Amino acid sequence: MTVQVKDTSAATAPNVLFPALKEAFIASLLIVALGLPLLGLKADNQGPDLVLTKRWDLLGIAVAVMFVGRFVLAFLRGQKAARQGGLPQEKKKSGDNSIARLLNQNAKVLGLLGLLCAILMPFVIPDANARYVIFISTTFMIYIMLGWGLNIVVGLAGLLDLGYVAFYAVGAYSYALIATHFGWSFWICLPLAGLFAAFFGVVLGFPVLRLRGDYLAIVTLGFGEIIRVILINWGPVTGGPNGIGGIPAISFFGIEFSRGEGGFASDFGLEYSSMHKIIFLYFVILGMAVLTNLFTQRMRKLPAGRAWEALREDEIACRSLGINPTNIKLSAFALGAMFGGFAGSFFSVRAGFISPESFTFIESAVILAIVVLGGMGSQMGVVMAAALIVLLPETFRQFAEYRMLAFGVAMVLIMVWRPRGLLAFREPTIRLHPKDHQASVKEAA
Amino acid sequence: MLEVRGVHTFYGQIEALKGIDVTVNEGEIVTLIGSNGAGKTTLLMTICGSPRAAKGTITFEGRDITRMPTHHLVGTGIAQSPEGRRIFPRMTVYENLQMGALRTDPKYFKQDLDMVYSLFPRLQERQEQRGGTLSGGEQQMLAIGRALMSRPRLLLLDEPSLGLAPMVVRQIFDVIKEINRRDKMTVFLVEQNAFHALKLAHRAYVMVNGVITLQGSGQELLANPEIRAAYLEGGSH
Ligand SMILES: Nc1ncnc2c1ncn2[C@@H]1O[C@H](COP(=O)(O)OP(=O)(O)O)[C@@H](O)[C@H]1O
Ligand SMILES: [Mg+2]
Repeated sequence: MTVQVKDTSAATAPNVLFPALKEAFIASLLIVALGLPLLGLKADNQGPDLVLTKRWDLLGIAVAVMFVGRFVLAFLRGQKAARQGGLPQEKKKSGDNSIARLLNQNAKVLGLLGLLCAILMPFVIPDANARYVIFISTTFMIYIMLGWGLNIVVGLAGLLDLGYVAFYAVGAYSYALIATHFGWSFWICLPLAGLFAAFFGVVLGFPVLRLRGDYLAIVTLGFGEIIRVILINWGPVTGGPNGIGGIPAISFFGIEFSRGEGGFASDFGLEYSSMHKIIFLYFVILGMAVLTNLFTQRMRKLPAGRAWEALREDEIACRSLGINPTNIKLSAFALGAMFGGFAGSFFSVRAGFISPESFTFIESAVILAIVVLGGMGSQMGVVMAAALIVLLPETFRQFAEYRMLAFGVAMVLIMVWRPRGLLAFREPTIRLHPKDHQASVKEAA
Repeated sequence: MLEVRGVHTFYGQIEALKGIDVTVNEGEIVTLIGSNGAGKTTLLMTICGSPRAAKGTITFEGRDITRMPTHHLVGTGIAQSPEGRRIFPRMTVYENLQMGALRTDPKYFKQDLDMVYSLFPRLQERQEQRGGTLSGGEQQMLAIGRALMSRPRLLLLDEPSLGLAPMVVRQIFDVIKEINRRDKMTVFLVEQNAFHALKLAHRAYVMVNGVITLQGSGQELLANPEIRAAYLEGGSH
């Protein structure tokens, strides 16, 4: 049967055509069902009355696009599968992986290039956009930190954590409380907030040590909510739903970014600009992100970090090799939480105001999406995914209400295109002498 | 070296081991044969501490290890190649071997790696390949190699021949013989492939439904008509 399919392209054509048509038809039906209320009918207020506008043309376009798109996709896929005989899936994956592999192998170069761009960026952007661009870039960095933190827990150690926002919140609130109550500087509050979050990581990690998969996910989901509910209800300390305001802004190692005598600008003989503070914060968080990255890279090569990945793959084998799963899991929780805490501190210090509203489940979901989209465990993937998730909705801003729609479509497309994440290929922690290796492979062949 | 005395192990209400006595002396290859579900894996896992023995004692070099946490065992000099190999599929061969050496002094790493590669040249050829993409035989070699990286004095092997082609089985059993002869490695080998195991082993035990029913030298059991009827007839040659 497969032989026949392989033989001639003439024989394959009807085989491929019909299923593709069928698939396209089903997809179109789905669009009709979905699109009828969403696109086809529109309710408008005209004075006191609600008027129903019918927009069949729009629905028609959507259906046509879906039909053609789905058909082409299915047809091409079918042809490819037929050409490759019985193994379409395997082939496809390895083919796709080559891009990921290329990106991953050049991660260092790409990373340095990216870093260079990030460093130069504040100096080259036109002033008109500067504030906005740097604001978004700082947000981007915060999400990269969050992504890298959660990546340790989910991507490396394989512990599905749906309540990661808890540590983000703990970091943000610890920072806010310490800074407002004690008036300590940023450089003291930041590590303290990180330590606090790490401590919470361990505390929340203990009860879930024996859980995994779905159960772990549900319990951590609960933790995320518990922390938020505590923040709302523990009014005297956390300010309840009103949150905490008046968080001191970042200073240049003790020198305030203020106008006039003794401020950063006058001390350095510059003209005062409110941008200085924003740019400085941007550079601090950039530096922190670089440190985080280097640290994680290093950890992956050390026994403890290596054990995270091993634990994700096989807990029983780990035990027999002398790894204590308890310690390893807790260290992953702690470290992941610490990065979350750092990110939270940056969030606090930038906004100057925090409230429980910023730490809802949707944040956890977005951070998890970054990790999954990036391809579980890939640092580079996290950056790319964070760029998509933070920057994409921004670029679609002019489309107003269609923004989230475009965002959703983009997410679906990515998952269709790369079901295992953008950079799903795991880069070995060690490259052995590539030349020797190639030689030995040749010999063996 | 290893003494298992009157060990009972339960899975919930089910008694999987019903009073097992097994001794492994230094320098020996001892095999435990038995059909599927006899409790062989359970015994190996009980030695490693999960599940725990409900009754009885297990001592290794005079030290009671009955209640020792599994992850401390490797420090006492026992290494295991578990049932189903359990290599790390996403890690490379080299990284898998590194994982085996996690609890040993790094100064031995190079030397041990060379030793493993000399036993299994295949692993060296594939050292950058991911574990999950190896063939069954190569995965078994990796599992044994990884166990050896912890410099054990006692090696526990659970069905290394499972699902492998006869030629690969022979190759792996040759290596087991070699490390026993050359490095004086003590080996406790659990097998269903009774023919090869009995030929290789100095002594052997037969387990049926959680009980040891027979023991003796490998040659004795190989000649035993009961054993021949139960385990050897039909294609293991
Ligand atoms: N995790 C488990 N839970 C419950 N019963 C088990 C478990 N593992 C093994 N058993 C049972 O214990 C008995 C012995 O199994 P096992 O030690 O795996 O046998 P063998 O390795 O000799 O094939 C079998 O009856 C099996 O069904
Ligand atoms: Mg078994």
